[in-house]
Amino acid sequence: MKNAVRLFALLAILVMALGACTPAATPTAAPEPTKAPEVAATEAPAPTDVPVEPEGPFRVAVVMPSAINDMAFSQSIYDALVRIQEEMGGPDKFEIVYSEGMFNVDDAAAAIRDYASQGFDLVIAHGSQYGSSLQEIAPDFPETSFAWGTTVDTFGQPNIFAYEAAADQGGYVNGVLAASLTKSSTIGVVGPIETGDAKLYVDGFKAGVAATNPAITVNVNYIGSFSDVALAAEAANTHIAAGADVMTGTAQMVVGAIGKADEAGALWFGTQSNQTSLAPKIVVASQVYHWEVVLSQMIELIQAGTLGGQSFSINLENGGEVIEYNPDYAVPAEVQALAETTIKGIIDGSIKTK
Amino acid sequence: MRSRLNSLIDALMPVLATLAALAVGAVMLLVLEVNPIQAYAALWDGAFGSSNAMAETLVKATPLLLVALGICIAFRGDVTNIGGEGQMIIGALLATWVGLTFTSLPGWVVVSLALLAGFLGGAVWGGIPGFLKAYFNVNEILSTVMMNAIAVQLMNFLLRGPMIDPAQAQLASKIPQTARLLEIFRLPRVGTTRLHLGALLAVGLAILVYILLWRTTLGYRIRAVGQNPHAARYAGINVKRYMVLALLLSGAFAGLAGAVQVFGVNYRMITDGSASGFTGSAGFNGIVAALFGQLHPLWSIPASILFGALLVGANKMQRVVQVPSALVIALNGLVVVFVVSSEIWRRRRQKRRLADEPASKPGPDASAPAKVTP
Amino acid sequence: MIADFFTITVLVGILTSGIRLATPYLFAAIGETFSQRSGVLNLGVEGQMLLGAFAAFYVSYITGNLWLAVLVAIVVGALMGLIMAFVSVNLQAQQGISGIGFYLFGLGASDLLFQKLVGTVKIANSFSPVYIPVLSEIPGLGEIIFQQNVLVYVAFALVPVAWFVLNRTTLGLKIHAAGENPAAADSLGVSIAGVRYFTIILGGILSALAGASLSIAQSNVFQQGMTSGIGFIAVALVYFGGWRPWGVLGGALLFSMVNALQLWIQVKGVGIPSDIAVMMPYVLTILVLVASVSRVRGPSALTKPFEREN
Repeated sequence: MKNAVRLFALLAILVMALGACTPAATPTAAPEPTKAPEVAATEAPAPTDVPVEPEGPFRVAVVMPSAINDMAFSQSIYDALVRIQEEMGGPDKFEIVYSEGMFNVDDAAAAIRDYASQGFDLVIAHGSQYGSSLQEIAPDFPETSFAWGTTVDTFGQPNIFAYEAAADQGGYVNGVLAASLTKSSTIGVVGPIETGDAKLYVDGFKAGVAATNPAITVNVNYIGSFSDVALAAEAANTHIAAGADVMTGTAQMVVGAIGKADEAGALWFGTQSNQTSLAPKIVVASQVYHWEVVLSQMIELIQAGTLGGQSFSINLENGGEVIEYNPDYAVPAEVQALAETTIKGIIDGSIKTK
Repeated sequence: MRSRLNSLIDALMPVLATLAALAVGAVMLLVLEVNPIQAYAALWDGAFGSSNAMAETLVKATPLLLVALGICIAFRGDVTNIGGEGQMIIGALLATWVGLTFTSLPGWVVVSLALLAGFLGGAVWGGIPGFLKAYFNVNEILSTVMMNAIAVQLMNFLLRGPMIDPAQAQLASKIPQTARLLEIFRLPRVGTTRLHLGALLAVGLAILVYILLWRTTLGYRIRAVGQNPHAARYAGINVKRYMVLALLLSGAFAGLAGAVQVFGVNYRMITDGSASGFTGSAGFNGIVAALFGQLHPLWSIPASILFGALLVGANKMQRVVQVPSALVIALNGLVVVFVVSSEIWRRRRQKRRLADEPASKPGPDASAPAKVTP
Repeated sequence: MIADFFTITVLVGILTSGIRLATPYLFAAIGETFSQRSGVLNLGVEGQMLLGAFAAFYVSYITGNLWLAVLVAIVVGALMGLIMAFVSVNLQAQQGISGIGFYLFGLGASDLLFQKLVGTVKIANSFSPVYIPVLSEIPGLGEIIFQQNVLVYVAFALVPVAWFVLNRTTLGLKIHAAGENPAAADSLGVSIAGVRYFTIILGGILSALAGASLSIAQSNVFQQGMTSGIGFIAVALVYFGGWRPWGVLGGALLFSMVNALQLWIQVKGVGIPSDIAVMMPYVLTILVLVASVSRVRGPSALTKPFEREN
């Protein structure tokens, strides 16, 4: 009985104490819901085939698992949105808000729902682990468009776009380049866990190496973590000790491995972002994601009244994936030519990367 | 009446400490050129601003409370359990397996079985460190830390192999997740919010744990071992057995938290490769909640809500004023340090009260609230 | 097949990697040994490591001066230790939980500083291997031990120093007394608060050095949460080592060698799923401790704040 009283008292105090610090502030918090009117303007399906020009800015919210500056997965989408913003004429025309560090699936779900209820035009769930939450939230907000990556699954819902990166394509090209440049016939790969984008890239890379020279050994190390920079570095050391003179790796913790490759003078191939700045002497090329290619298609569709139901892929053909060379590393002409024919082959379908 | 006033002031202490920590956080916000008033308004709004916000707070508090209940048992038995993360994962894996395997049984049967499986899974993952401590003198901090890491890798292995969603197994991306639970196996929710039956279950269990610890022989013995193992041994209590039991039960509640999370919120298991991707660090934060609640199962209820509110509100704060998520984490750390540091005033007041009682002449000063100068 | 796997290259590789990987664990666990021997459990190691890692990285990034970077990391670690000491000695806060608070604070604050001051992944100067004359030319052994970076040497040199201080000096005696029977020690005139302040600050410094060894020796970058649980494992290794520096060394080497072994197992394509391979060091550390059935007892006053009876 006494406990019940204490409990109730605490709850009451808690509410009062927390409440006491806010009343003055409530008016300041108001600005966010004011955007409601223009939402109606953008989202009413266009009755004619003339796209409706939205009155306010196009509003995008993105939820991502790591930080916007991770030089990998999360940064790739944020940079793409910033590029679109520049193209569309700044924050007045294209508003971006983000939630970073949403590695926890429930937190991400809460963020997605909150953005949707605030009437954003497009809510991007940038992480394959968010799909399940999206499947649940999207039907409650039929006026809002959602995008989910990386995947191909829209759950058959009319307001979900799916997007993915054909990581295997750039991986394949990197593999061809790597196989042409190795002298020790041993290549090392450092990965996080054996799934998703990482696995796609690594498998494509291996296929590229094997197609160029089946005699080359590709050693793969998945270190079981997206954050353990030190272990990624040691995995690189292990590859070097095992005779590798060319390496690649994927996800944000590989920055540790790049340093070790640099120390040992082994060549490096990057993916997701351009990693040249991390080791200008040894980075040969990076597969860089340009999500803006598919994002701008989605935005056009949304403005024309289609809120989802389609699946997009960035790849070498549509320019969403670009092999960016390090200008300071001289790739032999015949090797570069081989890479170019490989890219052409992948685009016309004569080369299978999976 | 006086004792009620005293407990009121005691209860106020963590709240004051939280406010003090938020004041330090305000300085950090100013450095980031963010208006702290606007930021904290968003925090409040995110935690209590609407019925949905309150529901989210309770959703966040549920696994915290369940883990905290286990922590109450463990710490009362003088064993430390920092393996909540791993125990949640194992409980969730086992419960999910039940939910995906016995699809032809009635819903309530499967849900009960699954929650039981989660309870048992956590019990095993907590019981092993207990057993190793009692019979092999392996320190439980060591074994629970190691077993957290083992559980994560086990989850990764199972979700991308044996337990992978058959639909994903067909796709190139192979998202490491299980299939979704059938709709009849999901815990009922309140309205359109995510607040689920698990929250009520957790509160019910808090009462049960209170009864267990203070009204049963088992609880008495666990506490006796915790207070003084030597005396307990002389009293004829099998100290080792109760040590194992305390850790086992502690793990079981964490395991149940994992199961409830799957059946009430996520409806499937997904991994991003880390523990917190699934647990949201509830295995750690539950320890904090339990200690905020002074290792008392019933006090753990408001403590979990307070902490859950802070976590949910902080995420909203990130969304509204666009502060880096790092600030939110640092702020949580400050709150923990401030609250735990404020304990000293409560203890001092208690001591003073004890000292005053025999004197039987308590001056008005004795009951005045201690000055808090963080 | 086993003979196939354990070639000289692989053996030398495992031992070399193992020693390198052991470095942060050694720094942090030796520091934790000091604070636990004096009766204070510090669960905030991971947070202190992260702040140390960032401080060292940032100074190296800005100035390129590695020794200045180490110095600043030491100062940051000492500062964190000082605050921690105030909280656990003066405010007598529950140590396990305040440690978790410091961990969260360090995790957030290091990343926040990184985002404000650096912005995105950048590379900094880092310690390169030092070849010890003559010794580094010994086949095998030379590569394993005598071609490491300077922080590796410092970490390993700490072990005998810590052993000596703890077991052969008056200070060590006082630390022991503070951890076993603070009331008795206090009555003999030992300042429990002073001793514990010393050990906690030392722990903070060594944790920060552990972090520095990650960001300016083992790698040349800083990234959010880059310690990735190393601090917690380091605390666990103190128990493994039975609060003795040599035991801690054994634990750190065992854990790191097995970690290096699993990297090689994957490289050599032995066919174990990668997740299972990654699990190995954790499982083996527990198993070894079970097999050894140690009878070591921890400091009696561990986690118990000391307050003088008046």
